[in-house]
This record gives sequence, structure tokens and C-alpha cells, in this order.
Amino acid sequence: MNAYVGTSTSRVDGRAKVTGAAKYAGEFAADRLLHGFVVEASIARGRIVRLDTSEALKVKGVVDVLTHEHRPPLADKDEAWKDEVAPEKGSPLRPLYDNRIKFNGQPIALVVAEDWETAKFAATRVRVEYEQEAFATDLESERGKAKKVDQPHKPRGDAAAALARAAVRHEADYVIPTEHHNPMELFATTAVWNGSGGLTVYDKTQGVQNVQKFLCSVFAKKPDDIRVISPYVGGAFGSGLRPQHQVVLATLAALALKRSVRVVLTRQQMYGLGYRPMTIERVALGARPDGTLDAITHEAIAVTSRYEDFSRNDTGWAEQLYKSPNSKFAHKLVDLDVSTPCDMRAPGAATGVCALECAMDELAVALQLDPVELRLRCYSDRDQSEGLPYTSKQLRECYARGAEAFGWSRRNPASRSMRDGKELVGWGMATGVWEALQMPVAVRIVLTANGHAEVSCAASDIGTGTYTIVAQVAADALGLPIENISVRLADSTLPQAPVEGGSWMAASSAHAVLGAAEEIRWELACLAKAMPGSPLADLDAANVTLTDGMIVNNDRRGAAVSIADVMRHSKLERIEKEKLNQFAEDKSHARNTHSAVFAEVKIDEELGIIRVTRIVNAVAAGRILNTKTGRSQIMGGVVWGIGMALHEETVMDHRFGRIMNANIAEYHIPVNADVHDIDVIFVDEPDDRINRMGIKGLGEIGIVGVPAAIANAVYHATGKRIRRFPITLDKLLE
Amino acid sequence: MADITIPERIPITLVVNGERRALEVVPWTTLLDALRDRLELTGTKKGCDHGQCGACTVLIDGRRVNSCLTLAVMKDGAEITTIEGLAKDGTLHPLQQAFIDHDAFQCGYCTPGQICSAAGLLAEGRARNADEIRELMSGNLCRCGAYPNIVAAIEQAMSRS
Repeated sequence: MNAYVGTSTSRVDGRAKVTGAAKYAGEFAADRLLHGFVVEASIARGRIVRLDTSEALKVKGVVDVLTHEHRPPLADKDEAWKDEVAPEKGSPLRPLYDNRIKFNGQPIALVVAEDWETAKFAATRVRVEYEQEAFATDLESERGKAKKVDQPHKPRGDAAAALARAAVRHEADYVIPTEHHNPMELFATTAVWNGSGGLTVYDKTQGVQNVQKFLCSVFAKKPDDIRVISPYVGGAFGSGLRPQHQVVLATLAALALKRSVRVVLTRQQMYGLGYRPMTIERVALGARPDGTLDAITHEAIAVTSRYEDFSRNDTGWAEQLYKSPNSKFAHKLVDLDVSTPCDMRAPGAATGVCALECAMDELAVALQLDPVELRLRCYSDRDQSEGLPYTSKQLRECYARGAEAFGWSRRNPASRSMRDGKELVGWGMATGVWEALQMPVAVRIVLTANGHAEVSCAASDIGTGTYTIVAQVAADALGLPIENISVRLADSTLPQAPVEGGSWMAASSAHAVLGAAEEIRWELACLAKAMPGSPLADLDAANVTLTDGMIVNNDRRGAAVSIADVMRHSKLERIEKEKLNQFAEDKSHARNTHSAVFAEVKIDEELGIIRVTRIVNAVAAGRILNTKTGRSQIMGGVVWGIGMALHEETVMDHRFGRIMNANIAEYHIPVNADVHDIDVIFVDEPDDRINRMGIKGLGEIGIVGVPAAIANAVYHATGKRIRRFPITLDKLLE
Repeated sequence: MADITIPERIPITLVVNGERRALEVVPWTTLLDALRDRLELTGTKKGCDHGQCGACTVLIDGRRVNSCLTLAVMKDGAEITTIEGLAKDGTLHPLQQAFIDHDAFQCGYCTPGQICSAAGLLAEGRARNADEIRELMSGNLCRCGAYPNIVAAIEQAMSRS
């Protein structure tokens, strides 16, 4: 019975969020709370020669200044600093560990004071002398030093020969700049000292258990010593996957001073965390005259830090998506004196697919073929990289539904051919693709005799709607009204969950809830069978449904017993079940979500001002658990795509290796006035192979393809192909 | 350099959500920090501390203001409404309900500022259509990208007020 799954149920945490009751990491109170302010390095590479904290310590209200020379012990092995999503290769950042400076903005001291303003002021009194070393932060000037990264690529045929003989060929570099997540909440940790050496750490994170294990490892603590809690997360988008340095610093200070400590980074300081790495994407396509592909090559060259190799699979999408007998792929990294990049919404796909889909548009122009038609001629029912069929792939339907909703058939294929008053009008489209991942998650359900259930799990809700879908699935599986379900998340003492990322949490948490609810149902059915004179006496305990507070025989709907009666009769106040759900490995099929994105732009020809007036995003992502929050996820992804296409760029001054626009006014993100009509279409995609409920996840797919669709629309409007993102008006006016 | 002392605290009174609150603050304390750290009204959010994001928007004497750009001492005696003061007797403000109905938020962090800003906007009476709402709400950033839903929520509240 699905009273909730698949509906447009409003967020169960909505009331807390609109009343200000929802508490985020930096908002938990503690007795005698101290405040820490981070001092950062102002050089890009070198070492600290002298760090003088004496003037800071003289400021009334300052309690201590922690530095690499003055701090409690920290783990001295790289392994201890590797969290569950750390890059395999490298040596993670150790805040305040030694005098080495690896990037401009690296934390080098923490001023701790009785109040925040005092700590902030005193931080300006810390004097640092450095010995600088030569450094490099410019990907383009260091491009020649790129090193190849192992990726599971399989070249097909002979791409070079196929490109050489291609009737129509397109080859270009697409440059995507560094971008920062900029979640609205500042990164914050409140480490609460509990008096006996233990800590409760409220942290802004996408994975409380990841942070908990990391802190225990870094500070050599026992699992019971540290508990990490993060009930609400004010956006993260990947920036909270790895434990960030403020959680290390707050914990360090609390242990050093045996008091509770809060550390909140400033917006500027958050630019010293991870980011989407600048990437140069070189794509070459060779086509036959009929518009089928004969060759694809895709090489990505991305930034990483000098101390860790972070790489994502930018080129895997070109490998998988379109039929092409000849192909070659390479992923390369350039080591620079910057902080390590990290996952940012649809890592590898937002960038790699952007380049591929711009290139496909350029090829369509060269072939004088409609861009949708080109994609249909190259369409593949199998994952081209592995030759595997998909568990489901309704991309063809996405193209059809999206094109229809958008009115694509009315498009004049010639560029500069459509106008609205003094504005040029452009229509562009692109394909989107992401993986449908799933991870082991455990859930505990406690059903009480009063007909309430508490569902708990360590998973986070970073705004994605986990609280709500968990409540929906539990309510349906237990046959209870959703008001009777309370959901507890993001406490490291709760049942196991990985970090919330990769779009895997919806499928993973929903099946864990289902598994635990089924154990409860089984126990209730067994108890019901055993009751004297039970109408369910001859029941197969596996063949029941819980609905409206009743245990119902699936074969004989009239035969039913109330859950309350069963629990009363069995003298049970509560039934508690915990279940770890693991997904069976299935290497026989590819698992992906897909989308077709259609964009309209209007461009003031004299001023170059670009407006994205319409986006239609038709998404095939299996079963949609909640059409309201699901639509919001896709819409948010589209807004991110608008930002990526037109606004977002972290600008580095390579003379100092320092970010010049480390704030949220000069790092542009879309504002309300930048966002107009967004139409989200969920294409039906039944999938009984991927998992029991047919869930694929929505967090990333919404952004993928959007920047390319907009770039292609800009070309259609103006006849100008901008391959260096973001597409700003100066580039159009050049 | 000699010992550095912090300036003296100054006593002020703020009328927050209808309640008189006396406190002593140093002159550099912003209204935002006074609300969050001193009065434990953490519903008002800090997103940039530079007047760039709007997460800290509150109503001061009925007008929407970035509380991070306002020193608490400047507002001695002022009437301040924060997100915690919008619901009356457990009934949500029409904007709060509209934000839930239209899913006008995801992570919820910009939401108190959006709602306070929208309440100020309604009081100003300047927005007559979606385009004007978009323009006049552009001081409140939402990184989750809930803008179309925010506009729909404000339109709902406008049509019922």
C-alpha cells in the first residue's frame, strides 16, 4: 500500500525549518563555551619560520592560541588522517601539525577566546614569518606537467585512424574553471566537553560516522569517547563529505582546554576547503555523413593538490553514452600548490558531460543535423564501455517528452534566426547522465503499542529530503499515518550509514527502512498467528500487509487483527528491529539515470546580457519517492547548472596563489532574478532489476547537461561558441 | 605593544518578538551576533557576515534589514522581529505555511532570512507580480536553488493577504 511513497508529501522537517527551530552545527549551546577563530597562511608554499602569538594572548578574553608548536598530540601517520572518502593516493592535510605550508589559506593557528569577536580581533595580532618557496597555481601554464591517472578505461578500435578519416570532425578544448560549493551555512563545529574526557561534536558534515571515526583516529580516542551529531545541515553539495579542518580544530581546542569550543569558518575561509577542480576537457568527435559516430576521444586535465590525488571520472560518460566503434580516453592531473579538490554536485559529470554535450552540438551544426536527431542516431541501448544492458534507460522518452514540452519542433535551426524584440533568442539542448549508486545502510525501527514508530539511522539530510522519504517509506511499510512516524538521523550512535553523497542515499535508506519494517511485520504476524482464536491462525507470516493499524492477510483481506491488540495481548510495549540492508552485487547490468535538458536564452545583443528564460529538464531516474521534494532536487540542480554556465568562477591571483573573489558577492551564484521558468518532467522508468523499489536517486542528475544546454542555446542565439566557462557578457562582446 | 583591552560593554534594550530584552554588548557586536550568541535566537542565520547573502534578514521596526550589517548598539530600543516571532500561538504565519506548501527550501538555512525578507516585501507593497518578487527578493541567496518555489510561496501569501 502506497499512501505516501510516490506522492508530493511536504517535508516532515518543514515546520522546524520555517520557524527557526532547526538547529545547525554552530548553534548548539554549551556551558562556558569558548570560540575559536582560525588564522590562515598567507603564502602558497613554504614553511613557517616564526609564529608569535604573544600579542594575541595579551588581548583580554583570549584563553589560548593553538599552533603546531603548542597543541595536544595529533596522529602522525597518513592512514590515521584518511577518512572514508579520502583520495586513495596522498597525504591528507593535518591542521596545525607542522610548519609546512601547502596552500594559501591553510589553517596555521586557532585563537580561542571567551567570545567570538574577541577571538576574531586577536587573530589579527598573530604574527607569522615565512620562508617562501617557488609555487605554481595555474593549470594552464602547468598543463605540460600533467600526469596520467589510472581509470578503468577500455579504448575501442583505433580512434586516431577513425578521426583522420572522418567525413565530419570536431575537436576542441572546453575549459571549466574552479568552482566552490558555497553552501549557505558556514562550516561550523561545536565540540561539547562532557567533563570526563568525552566529547559530543556537533558538526556540519554529510557523514557523522565518517567524522566520528576520523576524529577517534586522529586523536587516538576510543569510539565511546566521541559522538558526532548533525541533525540539520545548511547545504553541503559535496563540501561536507570529508571531515573539514574546523572539526579538527574545535576538537583539538576542546581537548587542550577541557572546555566546550565552537569554531565557525568565515565565508572567506571556506575557500580554503575543497572545490570543483578547474578542468580542461579536450573532446574530439568523428562522424559519418549519416550522423553516426565513428570516433570519440576525450581527455580531461584537472587540478589537484600537491599532497593528494583527487580525480573523478570526467571521461567515463563519453565512453558510455553514445555508440562509437572507435574511442580513446585519458584522465590527467596537474599537481598545484592549492588545497585538495573535492566532490561537488555531480563530480566528473557536471564537467565531463558539459564538454561532451557542447561538442555534440558543434558536431550537429557541422552535420547540419538537429541536435536531438544526432543524439538519437548515436543512441545506445547498452553501456558502451562495458557493453552491458541497462537495468532501465528511458532516455529516448526523455528526449521526446522534453522536446514536446519545450516546443523544440518550432526551432529554426539557423543561429541568430530567432528574436524577441531587441533580444536574440537561442534554443539549445543536451543530454544528462549519472550513476545510480546504492550503499549498505542500517535502520532501526521501534514500534510502540500506541501506534507510533521511531525510525533511526546515522544518515544525514543535507536538504535532500532524507527525513521525509524515510518517513514516507516507513509509514507505508508499517501502515501508519506519517504523523505517527518520527525520524532520527545524523547521530553517530545510530545504525550505520555512509556519507550522504553520490545520489545513493534515497535508494540505500529506503531499502533499509523497508527491511527493518518487514522484520517488524514478520514478528507481528507471528504474534498474531499465536493469539487464541486468531483469524490469522493459518496465516503464512510472510504474506501479510500492515495497513491502517491492522495486520491483514494478503490472500483474505477480511482476515485482520489490529496491531494494538496483538501487542497488548503479547504484553509488548515495543517491538524493536534493526536491519542492515546490503544490495546484491549485479555486474550484468549498467545502472544510470538520464535526462534531456532543453534551454531557452534571451540575449541583449548590444549589452551581451544573457537571461535563461526557460529550462525543461526531462529526467528518467526510476521510481520517484516524493514528487514534491524530487522536483525541488532537480530544480536546484538546474539552478546550479545556470550558475555553472553563466556565473560561477573562482578566480586565482597566480602571483600570490590566492583566491581573489573569496566571498559570496564576487563569486557569483544565481540569485532569484536569474531564475525563471523551470519545468521538471519525471519520465516513467519502471525498474525491477536495480533494487526492489526501483529507486535510482536524484541529487546529481539535475545539474548534468544543463550548462551545455545553455551554452548551446547561447550559440544558437548569437552564432558565438564560448568554450571557456562561465559564459559572461564580455566573452560575447569580444 | 601594551596589553590590549576590549571596549566597555554598553547596556541596551531590544524589543525582540514583543519581549523586552536587556543586554550589555561591546560596540562591535552586530545585531546578528547579539541575537544568536547572546539571546540564543539562532533562527536568524549567518551566511556571510558581509551583507551579501541575506540569511540574517530580520524586521526592524517593520523593515527588512541585514542584521549582520547592523550594530546592536545602534538599535537600542528598536522593535525586532525574527523568524521565531512570526508564528502566533502555534499558528504559522501565512508565509511560513506557504514555504512548506511550495517546498520553498531544502536545507533550510536561508529560509528564515527569506521568510523575514518576504514579510518585509509584503509590507512594502511594492511587488505586484512574479518578476517584481524575483527582483525584490534577489538580496536573499538560496544555494539549494529553491527560487521558483520561493516565488510561488510568496505569491500564495500575497494572494491571501
